Amino acid sequence: MANKRVDEPTGTETVGHEWDGIEELNTPLPRWWLWTFYLTIVWALVYVVLYPAVPLLDKGTEGTLGWTSRGQLAQDMTLADQSKRSVGEALAAVDITQLPGNPQLMQQAVAGGRAAFRVNCSQCHGSGAAGSQTLGYPNLNDDDWLWGGDLATIEYTITHGVRQPAGDDKRQGAMPAFAGSLDDAQLAALGDHVLSLSGKAPANATGAQLYADNCVACHGPTGAGDRLLGAPKLNDAIWLYGGTREDIVRQVKRPRMGAMPAWHDKLDPVTIKMLAAYVHSLGGGEASEPAQVAAGQKADAATR
Amino acid sequence: MQAEAALGRVGLWFLIALLSVGAYLGAKDAGFAVHAALIGVIALGFMVASARRFDPLGRARGFFRMPEGDSRYDDDPVRWATLATMIWGITGFLAGLFIAAQLAWPMLNVEPYLNFGRVRPLHTSAVIFAFGGNALIATSFYVVQRTCRTRLAFPALARFVFWGYQLFIVLAASGYLLGITESKEYAEPEWYVDWWLTLVWVSYLAVFVGTILRRHEPHIYVANWFYLAFIVTVAMLHVVNNLDVPVSFLGSKSYPLFGGVQGALVQWWYGHNAVGFFLTAGFLAMMYYFVPKQAERPVYSYRLSIIHFWSLIFLYIWAGPHHLLYTALPDWAQTLGMVFSIMLWMPSWGGMINGLMTLNGAWDKVRTDPIIRMMVMALAFYGMSTFEGPMLSIKFFNSLSHYTDWTIGHVHSGALGWNGMITFACVYYLTPRLWKQSRMYSLRMINWHFWLATLGIVFYASSMWVAGITQGLMWREYGADGYLVNSFADTVAAIKPMYIMRSFGGLLYLAGAGIMAYNFAMTLAGKLRDEAPMTETPHDPAADRPLPAAAPVAVPAE
Repeated sequence: MANKRVDEPTGTETVGHEWDGIEELNTPLPRWWLWTFYLTIVWALVYVVLYPAVPLLDKGTEGTLGWTSRGQLAQDMTLADQSKRSVGEALAAVDITQLPGNPQLMQQAVAGGRAAFRVNCSQCHGSGAAGSQTLGYPNLNDDDWLWGGDLATIEYTITHGVRQPAGDDKRQGAMPAFAGSLDDAQLAALGDHVLSLSGKAPANATGAQLYADNCVACHGPTGAGDRLLGAPKLNDAIWLYGGTREDIVRQVKRPRMGAMPAWHDKLDPVTIKMLAAYVHSLGGGEASEPAQVAAGQKADAATR
Repeated sequence: MQAEAALGRVGLWFLIALLSVGAYLGAKDAGFAVHAALIGVIALGFMVASARRFDPLGRARGFFRMPEGDSRYDDDPVRWATLATMIWGITGFLAGLFIAAQLAWPMLNVEPYLNFGRVRPLHTSAVIFAFGGNALIATSFYVVQRTCRTRLAFPALARFVFWGYQLFIVLAASGYLLGITESKEYAEPEWYVDWWLTLVWVSYLAVFVGTILRRHEPHIYVANWFYLAFIVTVAMLHVVNNLDVPVSFLGSKSYPLFGGVQGALVQWWYGHNAVGFFLTAGFLAMMYYFVPKQAERPVYSYRLSIIHFWSLIFLYIWAGPHHLLYTALPDWAQTLGMVFSIMLWMPSWGGMINGLMTLNGAWDKVRTDPIIRMMVMALAFYGMSTFEGPMLSIKFFNSLSHYTDWTIGHVHSGALGWNGMITFACVYYLTPRLWKQSRMYSLRMINWHFWLATLGIVFYASSMWVAGITQGLMWREYGADGYLVNSFADTVAAIKPMYIMRSFGGLLYLAGAGIMAYNFAMTLAGKLRDEAPMTETPHDPAADRPLPAAAPVAVPAE
């Protein structure tokens, strides 16, 4: 400690070492620094006593508050479930065709469906449920339905999905590929005929004949489609994969057919019911057929 | 004799080239084959160079105007590492700007080699390990010689450390783009690159400790304690977190020894201490030498440096579990990670206090010396992010901030503000001294760099705070009916403007570094810019004193 000296600007003594011209002052620890450090240590000790903290041989100490992160999660989930329980129970008890008769419950179902849609459906159908024409995800806001747009049918489609290999056989409709069996001229004529069904092109005899031979069975003579087969309606302005002649010919040659997951093993029946109510509420929802409603009333009566 | 040595070198390079050809032919995957070919080409190049007595290193030294002749200290590796710091810094900032732009405009993802998933580790490794690592190698070799008053021990090994480290960087970076990754954040390089780095790092330790052992000073200066803590701990972290079993010695794939939650804990013990010992301890070492040197003032408190050094390294090593709050990690480990992080607050601030208070008696230099200005800003950001860190480790805050861009903002206020600024300051200090110039080409450009970088950080950090808090609040928002209000895509759409602002901040920061690179190149070329001086502000010593308390002011009579 040879070269101690008092540093002029600060009035503090140096420690006396020197490295490459660097000296060190002998300033004591700042008090506020030291006391804050002590305070954090005391706080840590208290926290360690209150909460699970110290690892022992087989498990850690549990803390005097008895708090666990799993416990907190369970408590939060219970609280959340409780706030929704009455709605959930009411929805579980009612048949979906009877929902429109209970506007308040319908409203609650739509609210729940909106949240579930954002988590589970928006990835393909979009946050606003407008779908995507380039990717072939159906728009759910319009009143064109591939499989049907009443509450019970929407619920059925969500439950079983579409074109699941091991899924329900009511949602398996497939379109054959015509690449190879029709030449380019024939395809162009057929495309024009399909456009003529919605008045977008003049009628042509070749196309009409090809349509009658190959397409009528599923899409119908006027292009009205068939919901039992999931065959799209061709005589309106709504297209799943684009509405130009090019788009149509491409789809006839090598059809793309979208698949939708079956949700019965991922979501509970009440959530699916809420999703159906939400999708139904978007604008294109159709009224249930009287027979369905009657069956629903019978089912409701049976559960009561 | 000389010819024999040259022949030996040719033989050695030939052997390495031969081994790489073997590795190339037997490679189990394309990425490994590319790396084998890369090493083979380098070895062949050196073989031809040795045979033709062509000295590429000598040519390169000439190109970069490295001073000839024996200097008192062994500064050659320091010069190389300073150059590398500059070059990798620009590379890393550019990669960062690119991925920031990718997040704002996803069509910039060029599949597969330049998609976000591959460029992101390129960015993090380039700035942390390439830019930061070379800055640490440069400054540690510079500082340890001067504070020990001796030349580097094992000069050949010191050169191996530098060039071996560059090979590690090239292998790691090219591997990421080829899709070779361990998928561990900040530890992505695969097993063979890890083994190589281990060899390089042990050599680094040997050179550093060897130099300290042959010192001509009775005591070890505090900067060297921090460097030593950094080198030793990083060696330990690197080895433990990369205990992997290669699938084949001729393939790039390996599997880690630890799985599940143990693997996660080891990874974040590593990840957190990479921040603690690489980016904190190592850079505090830089601060402890270059701040007092540039300010020409004694270090504020010797006692504080002892207490905060030991408390910092003792507490830091336990804080890793705060990266895994509210996960499968047992509650007790989460609690310990959190309380150790809180206790870390003051030890971290000890470094800031010691740095800032060293300017006591020289505060006027903040006005006149752009390098001091950078150091002060670096310490301010260091203090801010070491307060933010413990705060974010508190479960209450973490439940909001975790997985959001708040974390990205926190990291960058530390990385851009603290690590970046202090490195720039050190490079500005070192360059004229290493290349034997009277000063940098332009001090005014340093000032421009300072303001561009500061403004860039402000844009970056504030946009990420807003983005992070927005995300956190939107994710947890429940409506009155008890259901979630937002979809994930809604939260992404909400923060897009913040992503654009962040890219702008990054652009400013990169622009500052570009000015630095120009300034650096001109200094190497030996030029001095003709400009109004910065540091020679008129100074009146008589007026430089406190005002007398409550002295009556002379008022002219009316």
